[in-house]
Amino acid sequence: MSESNTEGWVTLRRVAQILKAKVLASEDYLDREVQHVECTDLMSQVLAFVQPGYLLLTGLTNIQVVNTANISGLIGVVFVRGRPPAMEAIAKAKAVELPLLLTSYSMYEAAGRLYMNGLPGSSD
Amino acid sequence: MLYPRREFPIKEMDFVRAGEASLQVKKILQEIHADEDLVRRAAIACYEAEINAVVYGRDGVMSLEIDEDGIYIYVEDKGDGILDIELAMMEGFSTATPEIREMGFGAGMGLPNIMKNADEFTISSAVGEGTRLKIIFRTGWKKTEN
Repeated sequence: MSESNTEGWVTLRRVAQILKAKVLASEDYLDREVQHVECTDLMSQVLAFVQPGYLLLTGLTNIQVVNTANISGLIGVVFVRGRPPAMEAIAKAKAVELPLLLTSYSMYEAAGRLYMNGLPGSSD
Repeated sequence: MLYPRREFPIKEMDFVRAGEASLQVKKILQEIHADEDLVRRAAIACYEAEINAVVYGRDGVMSLEIDEDGIYIYVEDKGDGILDIELAMMEGFSTATPEIREMGFGAGMGLPNIMKNADEFTISSAVGEGTRLKIIFRTGWKKTEN
């Protein structure tokens, strides 16, 4: 599992390290590779623009974040600023094998740290 | 028809269960080994339509039909209907309340996104008579052996 990190791919496990994040759900799926990152609280935006393989950073904490992620084929969700999602969202994420991470960094700082650590934007 | 018609109820303002109908449709399409891109497009279109029905529809129903030529999704609700469909189809136009926006929706992107993902999309609505959507997927659909 450590091999994928050395090949230039950033896994969710690496994201958890970079963001000093706590894993709230689906810890068994942290070897998924992150293709791109989207930062938004607008689920409509996720549904309209995000592709499979994306990781979502969000401050929104309701169950629709998990449903939107599942429908859109996201590989995981990071909740920023230390605000954990609702209990039903965590339960749903476990049921659909969606990893949820919780970081105390703000959206800006979390995104910046990921960018610095090998996850550039999709326009590059 | 290849598979029996299925119907999924949608409850007004039930944000915990919102999305269940779409996830059921997605599961069925995966079970019949529909093309991955088609499943994703259909799931997104269903979910957008379902959220609309939850928010504006005063209960509704999502129906799924499948035949050799395509996948047909119908979403009907009992809400107030749409005053100006042309306006509603414009990206960014929304009548959502602040509460809906706090949930992460109501940005006026739902109907345009359904049209973007569908192969064919028709919407009919009248004030006081609810709204009916017909969403068809054909690209990537082929009759499976099972």
